[in-house]
Amino acid sequence: MGIEGIGARVARKEDKRFITGGGRYVDDMVVPGMKHAAFVRSPHAHADIKKIDVKKAEGMPGVIGVLTGKQLKADGIGNLICGWMIHSKDGTPMKMGAWSPLAVDRVRYVGDAVVIVVADTKGEARDAAEAVEITYKERKAVIDAVEALKGSAPQLHPEAEGNLIFDWDIGNPPETEAAFKAAAHVVKMDIVNNRLVPNAMEPRAALGHYDKAEDHYTCWTTSQNPHVARLVMSAFYNVAPENKLRVIAPDVGGGFGSKIFIYPEEIICLWASKRTGVPVKWVGDRTESFLTDAHGRDHHTHAEMAFDKDHRILGLKVETKANLGAYMSLFSSSVPTYLYATLLSGQYNIPAIHANVKAIYTNTAPVDAYRGAGRPEATFVMERMMETSARQLGVSPAELRRKNFVTQFPHQTPVIMCYDAGDYAASLDAAMKEADYAGFAKRKAAAAKKGLLRGIGMSCYIEACGIAPSAAVGSLGAGVGLWESAEVRVNAVGTVEVLTGSHSHGQGHETTFAQLVNERFGLPLDQISIVHGDTDKVQMGMGTYGSRSGAVGMSAIVKALDKVEAKAKKIAAHLLEADEGDIVIENGALKVAGTDKNVPWFQMALASYTAHNLPAGMEPGLKETAFYDPTNFTFPAGCYICEVEIDPDTGKTEIVQFVAADDFGNIINPMIVEGQVHGGIAQGVGQALLEGAHYDAESGQLLTASFMDYTMPRADDLPSFQVSTSNTPCPGNPLGMKGCGEAGAIGSPPAVINAITDAIGNNDLAMPATPQTVWAAIRAATKH
Amino acid sequence: MYSVNYHRASSIADAAKLLKTGDAKLLSGGMTLIPAMKTRLAAPSDLVDISRIAALAGITVSGKTVTIGGATTHHDVATNAKLAKACPALTHLAGHIGDPHVRHKGTIGGSIANNDPAADYPAAMLALDATIITNKRKVQAAKFFTGLFETALKDGEIVTGVSFTAPAKAGYAKFPNPASRYAMTGVFVAKGKDGVRVAVTGAGEDGVFRSTEIEAALAKKFEPAAVEGIKLSAGNMMGDLHASPEYRANLVVVMAKRAVTAANA
Repeated sequence: MGIEGIGARVARKEDKRFITGGGRYVDDMVVPGMKHAAFVRSPHAHADIKKIDVKKAEGMPGVIGVLTGKQLKADGIGNLICGWMIHSKDGTPMKMGAWSPLAVDRVRYVGDAVVIVVADTKGEARDAAEAVEITYKERKAVIDAVEALKGSAPQLHPEAEGNLIFDWDIGNPPETEAAFKAAAHVVKMDIVNNRLVPNAMEPRAALGHYDKAEDHYTCWTTSQNPHVARLVMSAFYNVAPENKLRVIAPDVGGGFGSKIFIYPEEIICLWASKRTGVPVKWVGDRTESFLTDAHGRDHHTHAEMAFDKDHRILGLKVETKANLGAYMSLFSSSVPTYLYATLLSGQYNIPAIHANVKAIYTNTAPVDAYRGAGRPEATFVMERMMETSARQLGVSPAELRRKNFVTQFPHQTPVIMCYDAGDYAASLDAAMKEADYAGFAKRKAAAAKKGLLRGIGMSCYIEACGIAPSAAVGSLGAGVGLWESAEVRVNAVGTVEVLTGSHSHGQGHETTFAQLVNERFGLPLDQISIVHGDTDKVQMGMGTYGSRSGAVGMSAIVKALDKVEAKAKKIAAHLLEADEGDIVIENGALKVAGTDKNVPWFQMALASYTAHNLPAGMEPGLKETAFYDPTNFTFPAGCYICEVEIDPDTGKTEIVQFVAADDFGNIINPMIVEGQVHGGIAQGVGQALLEGAHYDAESGQLLTASFMDYTMPRADDLPSFQVSTSNTPCPGNPLGMKGCGEAGAIGSPPAVINAITDAIGNNDLAMPATPQTVWAAIRAATKH
Repeated sequence: MYSVNYHRASSIADAAKLLKTGDAKLLSGGMTLIPAMKTRLAAPSDLVDISRIAALAGITVSGKTVTIGGATTHHDVATNAKLAKACPALTHLAGHIGDPHVRHKGTIGGSIANNDPAADYPAAMLALDATIITNKRKVQAAKFFTGLFETALKDGEIVTGVSFTAPAKAGYAKFPNPASRYAMTGVFVAKGKDGVRVAVTGAGEDGVFRSTEIEAALAKKFEPAAVEGIKLSAGNMMGDLHASPEYRANLVVVMAKRAVTAANA
């Protein structure tokens, strides 16, 4: 390892521009003649649109255009789609309701876009938006997935009878039934996974520019995957063919999944630009983020686990009702199915599993992937079950887990996944040692003397990253392939540009990807640039989500680097009159191994472009492209231990210790990995203690629509995390990487709730475990 | 935000004159008003900024009498050495309002005139039996705070300051709303020559109020133990997503206990 190579704690190259205000976000983009948009959104959760009168708005100062869904339809713009087909257990395809970018005759959630106003200034656009007169006839709304399945519930979409989108099964039902019949103990639980609002720091934004002279569109957008945005807008929404549409995702201020999806606004801004003849910019405000960014989680689950007399798990039954909101967002169907139920084996040997998932429409914001996407929900089910089982069986939570750990690899679970490598006991041991698990009783007694309730809880999570291979996900219903592309350009003076289909919106790719090139060619980091986020520069890519950019994106770069290295060595061998096999790359030069004969890297690069003296038949230049399609998912895993102290008078929880022992495979930059874990745990603790999206059951209004009511985790809510890794390299990709972006958010919620329920002696506790909730649970426990 | 005309008043008289313009509102820090305007929940035609009027800022402590100008920021209240001696509970309270940005912009006059049911100052004013001074008259705190976001202020009336007699002992304890960090329940206890006064903010359905039950208990013995076991009715408590009336009734007693501990420290 060099000081800038793989494994080095290199400070992030991109941070200088971010922390000095030099970042360039969509809102920083200015196009000559650009105007500003505001949306008129539904104030109702469910209503028919009887009449839209735009006359008054059109006459307002500065107004250029007031456009409706009827005009959008007349111009042939398509409905939004969900790109992952799920079939119900009876074989029927999922029932997708129509989602028009601008609602035409019905609105289905508060925030549904109805009209776009384009004006000279943002203020004028907003003023005119208020002057649009829409007559609604209100309908009854339903916001809860369980309620929405009842016959008396209002119907959202004619396509989905009973609001049921699909009724999907995975696993082996007869074997599971047999396992339960043979069981010595059965543990049952109802588990709710609370709905979350992603709250990226930068709200969503879009700038659409139609160039009439070129008949060409450009879209700047806050996207985690600009190429997929272009593909979908071209292939399904009929905005423009791909060669006439450039999508740019510049600096993006956080995504957490919420910026994977194609939303109505970017489509409408592009269309409105052509309609009005001016570039149209929309920048969402925080209220629009709360109302319309795809939310996360929102599962109601019943789970049962069967054990034999020696406490070995025999089987697992899970029934989940997943709230998908008012419309099916781009990948919404995959989250409660292939990203959730396939992880229900956890870290354990479970011979038989049967899971059923019902996806349900409600009058709420669409729900889709949010940091972890399905895997936090699966982990919460598994690790609450394991802790609860240990308590009911009267055994140590650590030993019950250890007894059931998968120890032989590869391990085929009953729910599709084949785990390739791991050492779950190693993570458990490391976490217990770091947490001084053995000394807990003493600390609990000391806390009791201060009048505080102390508890400890653990979570042994496993997740799946780098969703792949493409053929496999295709067979499961994915509408896209999940490979990645890379292009490595060596310039004539030897500097390197890496073009990647991954997109960095906080992950630090400009640093870690450059470290990989440094490791291979010995070039200093300032001679290596990472280019991403522009469909005109990078030919194609699948973007960044699901912790895939290391395992998949960097693997593609490795393949391209291999090709560059092979050609560079050929050139060097020719220049040095040596055998190609004897050339090694060291300290920025290509050398003949065991001699002092060498050609500096830049001379080799120059030679490739002057082409004065190349091997016979070799093409000039040094630029290589590669596509990498993984052979399997990767399986990061680990053990988290949380210790809490609770003030019984107020119910306030303080996390006094949080230990994370992860297995991420090989690591490029430990500092960036630690940052990812810290951020993930902060979001996981946020879910467990603080965050929860609440809609009013009658009106369907979002009650937590600002930071005044939606609690984001703050620094003083969190302890100093004790993080470490004990890694088993992933055998499935050339760098042995597994992914680390989501682990913190996946592993932490059950650890926190297990700790609180341990402290208060009441296992019936909903997330978020706010002071009020914990206080009420303590009172309920003492009443028993 | 809608477009708005901004005026910087040079004096109290100037402010009173400007306040007659259109649908004008006073701006004294704007920590509540500006966010409300940004989300278009408030739409004044004109803003009259009184925070730069020199005569409105500053703290004087003369013997036991404390006077604080209306445009004095929370930060200046929190860090005033003389006030810290005369009434440390109040500097503590001011030092825990919002965050540093809020404390450097928000003012005591602005907070009192707004009378947010979850604001900290109203509890202190009521428990300290403070006098609210306006450009027209003096009003006792008990008569000033009349309901949620309601005060005895009349049109054109400007809070110019507050004054009170420093208590022998005082303490403030609050339990913040997890999201907004406003007081979900805040209790200010003060022991003066006229007895014990206990004022509660953040919890009452009509805004700040005095808890006579807790006052009676503390009048007998000004110790945390005196409050132990008091069960307040949830009937008059506010209920919302974050705290039910029952939970708030509990918090009032717990915070009162902690305020007394702080007062005796």
